[in-house]
Amino acid sequence: MSRLSVKKTYKLYIGGAFPRSESGRSYPVTSAKGEFLANASRASRKDARDAVVAARKAFPGWSGATPYNRGQILYRVAEMLEGRRAQLAEEVGGGKRAALEQVDAAVDRLVWYAGWSDKIASVHGAANPVAGPYFNLSTPEPTGVVAVVAPADPLLGLVSVVAPVIVTGNTCVVVASEPAPLAAITLAEVLATSDLPGGVVNVLTGRQAELAPWLAAHMDVNAIDLTGVADADLALSCEQAAAENLKRVLRPVQEDWAADPGIGRMTRFLETKTVWHPIGI
Amino acid sequence: MFEYAPAPESRDVVDLKSSYGLFINGEFVDGSGPSFKTVNPATEETLAEVATASSDDVDRAVQAARKAFGVWSALPGAERAKYLFRIARLIQERARELAVLESLDNGKPIRESRDVDVPLVAAHFFYYAGWADKLRYAGFGTKPLGVAGQVIPWNFPLLMLAWKIAPALACGNTVVLKPAETTPLTALLFAEICRQADLPPGVVNIVTGAGETGAAVVAHPDVNKVAFTGSTEVGRVIARSVAGTGKKLTLELGGKAANIVFDDAALDQAVEGIVNGIFFNQGHVCCAGSRLLVQESIQEELLAALKRRLDTLRLGDPLDKNTDIGAINSAEQLAKIRRLSDLGESEGAERWSPACELPGRGFWFPPTLFTGVAQSHSIAREEIFGPVLSVLTFRTPAEAVEKANNTPYGLSAGVWTEKGSRILWMADKLRAGVVWANTFNKFDPTSPFGGYKESGYGREGGLAGLEAYLDV
Repeated sequence: MSRLSVKKTYKLYIGGAFPRSESGRSYPVTSAKGEFLANASRASRKDARDAVVAARKAFPGWSGATPYNRGQILYRVAEMLEGRRAQLAEEVGGGKRAALEQVDAAVDRLVWYAGWSDKIASVHGAANPVAGPYFNLSTPEPTGVVAVVAPADPLLGLVSVVAPVIVTGNTCVVVASEPAPLAAITLAEVLATSDLPGGVVNVLTGRQAELAPWLAAHMDVNAIDLTGVADADLALSCEQAAAENLKRVLRPVQEDWAADPGIGRMTRFLETKTVWHPIGI
Repeated sequence: MFEYAPAPESRDVVDLKSSYGLFINGEFVDGSGPSFKTVNPATEETLAEVATASSDDVDRAVQAARKAFGVWSALPGAERAKYLFRIARLIQERARELAVLESLDNGKPIRESRDVDVPLVAAHFFYYAGWADKLRYAGFGTKPLGVAGQVIPWNFPLLMLAWKIAPALACGNTVVLKPAETTPLTALLFAEICRQADLPPGVVNIVTGAGETGAAVVAHPDVNKVAFTGSTEVGRVIARSVAGTGKKLTLELGGKAANIVFDDAALDQAVEGIVNGIFFNQGHVCCAGSRLLVQESIQEELLAALKRRLDTLRLGDPLDKNTDIGAINSAEQLAKIRRLSDLGESEGAERWSPACELPGRGFWFPPTLFTGVAQSHSIAREEIFGPVLSVLTFRTPAEAVEKANNTPYGLSAGVWTEKGSRILWMADKLRAGVVWANTFNKFDPTSPFGGYKESGYGREGGLAGLEAYLDV
């Protein structure tokens, strides 16, 4: 008799734990050929709110960690991701070789961003030579809780939008790709075992159109990345809702995820703080 | 105390016309909307009639800017730089005229327009002039955005113009700027300076009018970049209106800054800093230190010293060189300050002002202190934009941080302590774009300025200020 395999149940990732949706809902995920792969949780508004609470709670600790420490943890994420290479390639789907290449690129992207943690302030800050006897320094600081609507690209795209947000000290709530959410939950399992404090990244699977508007309108979210929103009307309504508390908005963009990412995705979610002090004896 | 003899600055340096038009494509032209009066808030005398730009006028201005963009953006950076240096020099040459006109139209003391506003305006043009041919070193690329639509407030009419126009032009953009309806005159004098500098027509266009004119600038489909300084309320409306358009947006909005004084602060310096923080420019400052957080153990001593100091402030004629506190900019703003102050009293805070005679005409409000203020009071939460200080207390540094950050705003904060490590700890914890430690309300073109949270996004000044005007 052949052995019956143990199938994985894909859940949400909120505050370092893996709950089902409080709504009890799920939706079937299929391969490109239409075969059933798994049921993913279909997160609700309440799950989104819980995720924001978890992200806010994690913010002081994560933004207060030293950049060196954050870099170490992001590198650890890359290590753990490398260890799940085969599994993730399967979840990414498509041709095996292309899928493996995508996983490798995602690992490399994490390593690249890991190295930025203790360099962005040198590149994006400044000592300002004011016309007077003052010490005057500008440094970048994370803006706070960022809602991220991930692009359809299931792993490389996802890593490319999450890593720049958290490497600088923000925490986030991610809405995973609606048709291809499985890699996102496996990535969450990687994050959970990488010393990343719970709540720094929270992953919701479900309907983009159901979740994004609530995150855009949430008064305790400081910024929203609409990269993965393909529907122009949905993007417009999210951007309008974001105006209510002056969220920083990254509008939908078509990106070549294989290209050099540059620092724009990090600086988009940074504030500049300028400190003045008189010089004298 | 002895009395000061009046030392009025002469108005002779300013040649006021009875009416002013719009500045479009290098020419002064009539506006098609109804004209309006701009008044001297210290006397309520009408200074001039000013044209209102209709949406057709705004369209003409944007077209002129679009046409000029081709020429201006194609100029070598070094040539753009020379125009900006020229403008900076002309501002210095006409400094006194600009300062007097600014005080007449705005109501701010000549001491401030002469010693703060105008020198900073010149400094901004000098600073960004130097960037025009060095953009490739700044790290944001060298590609300008196109036509910038800029809407500025009445509290620092000329300085806000400089903050907007200097970096925009340095990066190769052209501009359509709308000054506030109560303070359009120095912007129109600046237009004359642009002509003296032989700036190519259309590079700078000035359209005057009220909110509708501003909305037309922001909404114009051929504007690539919107920059606004003003209230959070209007900032929200603008953010909504540019949603989905692809226009780049920067917002400098309101604030309710905490000025935090620890028990080991140098008391006299702190008192000066508190006065400067909230009574500078009649408190018409978005980053004003309007919430004083005093460590409980020194509350009595500090308040006594502060009240003694407030007794010496001189309120009156803005053109008198001895004046510390000038006029409130408009009847409307005065009504708002009165309403919020009355609300402060009715909510249970205790109100105090020094003995202070207010002139019979014009818009005036005495320097005012509120004690016994709770965090829930309107006067601790809402931006008053006037010479009104709310005093709260704290016991520990952590409580000071908690209270300081308990606001939807995040523009600025002040910290007063002689302990260096505490300054750095506080500066780290405060969620504000500018932190002044043992000083307050200092500005410099090399130094980025801008807010966290609902105080807006983007930075003006410094290297960071270039990012707003380049296609990053």
